[in-house]
Amino acid sequence: MDLSMKWLADYVDCDMPIKDFVSALTLSGSKVECFEREGKDISNVVVGKVVSIERHPDSDHMFITQVDVGEDEPVQIVTGAQNVHEGDFVPVAKHKSSVLHEGKQVKITKGKLRGVASNGMLCSLGELGLSVHDFPYAIEDGIFILGDDCDKTVGKDIHEAIGYNDTTVEFEITSNRPDCLSVIGLARETAATFGTELKVKKPEFKGIDGDINDMLKVKIHNTDLCKRYMAGIVKNVKIGPSPRWMRERLRGCGVRPINNFVDITNYVMLEYGRPMHAFDLRYVKDASINIRNAKAGETITTLDGEVRELSEEMLVIADAEKPVAVAGVMGGEYSGIMDDTTTVVFESACFDGASVRTTAKKLGMRTDASARYEKGLDPHECYEALMRAFQLVEELGAGEVVKTYIDENYEDETPKTVDFDPAWINKFLGTEIPESDMVEYLTRLGFEIKDGKVVSPWYRVDIACKADVAEEVARLYGYNKIPNTIVRGVAQAKLTEAQKFDRQIQRSMLAMGLNEISTFSFISPKYFDKINLPADSKLRKTVVITNPLGEDTSVMRTTIIPSVCEVLARNYSYRNPECYIFERGNEYIPVEGEVLPVEPERLGFGFYDTETKADFYDIKGFVEGLLSKLGAQKVEFEKATAECSFDEFYAFHPGRVAVVKVNGEEIGIFGELHPRVLENYGIGARAYVGKINVPELMASCVAQKTYKPLPKYPATTRDLSIVCDDDIPAALLEKTISKAVGSILEKVTLFDVYKGEQIEKGKKSVSYSISMRSHDGTLTDEQADKAMKKVLEALKAIGAELRM
Amino acid sequence: MKEQLKSIDERAKEELSHIDDAKLLEDFRVRFLGKKGEITSILKQMGKLSAEERPVIGQLANKVRADIENALNKRKEELKSKMEQVRLTEEAIDVTLPGKKTRIGRPHPLNATLEEVEEVFLGMGFDIVDGPEVETDHYCFEALNMPKSHPARDTQDTFYINENVVLRTQTSSVQIRTMEKRKPPIRIISPGRVYRSDTVDATHSPLFHQIEGLVIDKGITMADLKGTLELLMKRLYGEDTQIRLRPHHFPYTEPSAEVDLMCFNCHGKGCSMCKQEGWVELLGAGMVHPKVLEGCGIDPEVYSGFAFGIGLERITMGRYNINDMRLLYENDMRFLEQF
Repeated sequence: MDLSMKWLADYVDCDMPIKDFVSALTLSGSKVECFEREGKDISNVVVGKVVSIERHPDSDHMFITQVDVGEDEPVQIVTGAQNVHEGDFVPVAKHKSSVLHEGKQVKITKGKLRGVASNGMLCSLGELGLSVHDFPYAIEDGIFILGDDCDKTVGKDIHEAIGYNDTTVEFEITSNRPDCLSVIGLARETAATFGTELKVKKPEFKGIDGDINDMLKVKIHNTDLCKRYMAGIVKNVKIGPSPRWMRERLRGCGVRPINNFVDITNYVMLEYGRPMHAFDLRYVKDASINIRNAKAGETITTLDGEVRELSEEMLVIADAEKPVAVAGVMGGEYSGIMDDTTTVVFESACFDGASVRTTAKKLGMRTDASARYEKGLDPHECYEALMRAFQLVEELGAGEVVKTYIDENYEDETPKTVDFDPAWINKFLGTEIPESDMVEYLTRLGFEIKDGKVVSPWYRVDIACKADVAEEVARLYGYNKIPNTIVRGVAQAKLTEAQKFDRQIQRSMLAMGLNEISTFSFISPKYFDKINLPADSKLRKTVVITNPLGEDTSVMRTTIIPSVCEVLARNYSYRNPECYIFERGNEYIPVEGEVLPVEPERLGFGFYDTETKADFYDIKGFVEGLLSKLGAQKVEFEKATAECSFDEFYAFHPGRVAVVKVNGEEIGIFGELHPRVLENYGIGARAYVGKINVPELMASCVAQKTYKPLPKYPATTRDLSIVCDDDIPAALLEKTISKAVGSILEKVTLFDVYKGEQIEKGKKSVSYSISMRSHDGTLTDEQADKAMKKVLEALKAIGAELRM
Repeated sequence: MKEQLKSIDERAKEELSHIDDAKLLEDFRVRFLGKKGEITSILKQMGKLSAEERPVIGQLANKVRADIENALNKRKEELKSKMEQVRLTEEAIDVTLPGKKTRIGRPHPLNATLEEVEEVFLGMGFDIVDGPEVETDHYCFEALNMPKSHPARDTQDTFYINENVVLRTQTSSVQIRTMEKRKPPIRIISPGRVYRSDTVDATHSPLFHQIEGLVIDKGITMADLKGTLELLMKRLYGEDTQIRLRPHHFPYTEPSAEVDLMCFNCHGKGCSMCKQEGWVELLGAGMVHPKVLEGCGIDPEVYSGFAFGIGLERITMGRYNINDMRLLYENDMRFLEQF
């Protein structure tokens, strides 16, 4: 809500420094976003009187003027404008002044125009930051010739002279206070905040005789959605500009003046917060107004020229045939006031907030009117608004108001009350505010204290319980005067096992040199194609957002892999030489028959490195390091296949992808990205990614680690080179060795894999260092030899021979 | 014999001063001090001396031996130092050459900040509770005193999955789930991702993080809320931090407040960072609305409580002076490696 301070001053004293005003209102609950003095870019511009004017000797379109600006001598100014005459009063930008040029501030200094000295500039409305809406008698492309509604004292500052001296304060009004979307509402808050008097008078009008029922019929067909409908008629309408004071106040509230009738409806809306509508009676067929639901297939062309399709739940104002306005939202094309309008119908009504909100949203047009209605207005003030409109019509001499008016479907409701419980309020707030102070605050805000009850003024639709009253007391007492205390009682808090585990994961990944990322949880369904998922993949069944911002954020991810790929690709495109990343994030998996999806935590990770020869075994190293630190049990790695539990398999190079199992369960997949996927992402280096199912991993990890004694006896190490078929996985060899050595095995370490000369084609040589140790004593050579013999036998059984 | 010893002493010292090699030094030791060395051979002739001379010469011989030994050791040490010096000089390197590359992972700034906030609250006895991000309309709105068509829903433009399922617009949904499950006293925070259909720009993101807090017990007051928030802000921003509360409106709290932090840059005077206000809006808070308590089966006549919600992005951006929210989700290494 933009508030004109000039307008506010009509109703309450507010001549304190603007900063004090703004700060006090903010702290009492009406948040000020910003404030701005109008014409602040205009300086050293004064009223001048053109004393003489003559043609420029060297120009056929310029004039030399002598202008009286209230100084000893007139100043000489050269102007190119064609509409200036001797005796005109004009805005004069003197030497060292500033005005606006195409919206930007420019400095004016004296100079010469075609050899003739010019000591300033005569200004147009545009150069002052105004338009013909503000001064309808002026012209757009010429000097602003001051009219009789301006102060024509020469030398007077232009701001004062033309009423260009308002300050606009922008308030953020919360949705519970639609009453504050008005000048009077904010005047009430101002008066309550400062404890000053509110000067609002009941509007009155004289009117002419006549029975409105002979001129207009109103019927409410849906009394639930229209809680009150008032209508009045103005005859012999004279359309014209509204007076300067009205234009100024509208401008101060950010509304452009149009003509007296449009201005009156806007003025009342801003002043009372009540949207009004004015119809031209000519276009209301049969002078019949029907407040009804739209019929299927009905359309309306709204004031903005758009054809709108209406649906049956929308409330419309219709004449005998067709809708002429969408109730509480916008009028129809022909319903508005035109230059030749003679009879005007004023509507002041109360429509259901929720209905207006839904309609406005569905039609995609939020207007000043709908913004007010949808917050829930009280039917009470329809009357004041209509009376004020009548009063303004008479005051402006804009027409003749018929004395009688229509008022349908209104019963004066009993005011709402809430128990007044000062002791409870103090207990609730943690304060010791005296009861008398509370009464004073509430009274200032318009509440009445009667028989132990707080009686709400009708405009406060938001007060419904004791806590609401406590807030009213607290905000006038001052939130910041409430003491600061610490919650009593002892509370124990600790991280859950899952939270500790999650932090452990982060620590381990950081320690291994991966940077943590944070990505959006919604992705594009196209990402599934980018990672090569088959068309029938279960991962393509997603939680879909019905109103996404765009296709690229329209489904909740069912796999974290594309998020990792996106970040790798982005960094690659930024030419970052390497990128090592991980994310702890959720996947969102729809569950058949359940309302909500499951949201399991995943660890996604990956890297590319254009500077070192990091490869598959680096990403495997990260997995091994992580699992070791977390205490995972029975870790196994296997070559991944299409049959594995991860559909992400298809994103990987089929020869360079592994699943990791703990306790026999597949908990993760990792490997090198498929060349096609790299291409899809525009990554020009080999890249490696992986994901781990966190809850499943946690289930198999030892939460509490225990110390194992350090060895007392030395280890015996034997090295072994074997030759076997190339397709025997190292994991099988290791498993075989471990099993054969038995309990004295300490560690099997692979130290070489060789293929090439000296080795038969299709075979490989693999070398291990086998470390053995007993806890009972130093191993003898015989014990070690015996173990090695068993190893060789076992290896032979799987087709691996000692390399000669 | 006296002369002989004297001569040995002089020769030895003279010779010693020319030796600058460890091997020659050893030869020297053997020659003078060894079992077949010159001093020993003198001592062997002691038998020829008179009983009076013997102790005198013996003493002298011992002194000469000790002198030579000292001189030898001294020379040894000199030589060692010299060699060491040569080595150290030769081995000098350019320490301004860059170090070898190591990788140290950096936590995401949002998570680093979150963990710090979590620690503060754990210390104050708040448990950390998670909840679903894809949430029912009931937990996200209805139970928070925001029935359908409530105007406050407009200020939280919502992503819908279907008519009754949304992406949560606030983590307050977790508070409701907690109140339904746990009996007071309750002290929790619920951090997590929330979603609103805001177009991405420097200060908006359709996905961001909130940390909501909830305390329910007998006799909880608005003064407790203020005290808790002040403590939090002092822990996060330092002891001289100042906050102020402004009345505001949230459907699920009453009274409601917005909390401002005094601008660090201008200390309340007003500057470009705080848009001339002197204060920076930081979080929303309030006393839990009685209707919300009732809806969760908690009697508002017996219990009261407060709740607050902090935007993690806002705190993070303030702490690190990050001026564009998009950086947080872009995950550019050049950005992440600054933390």
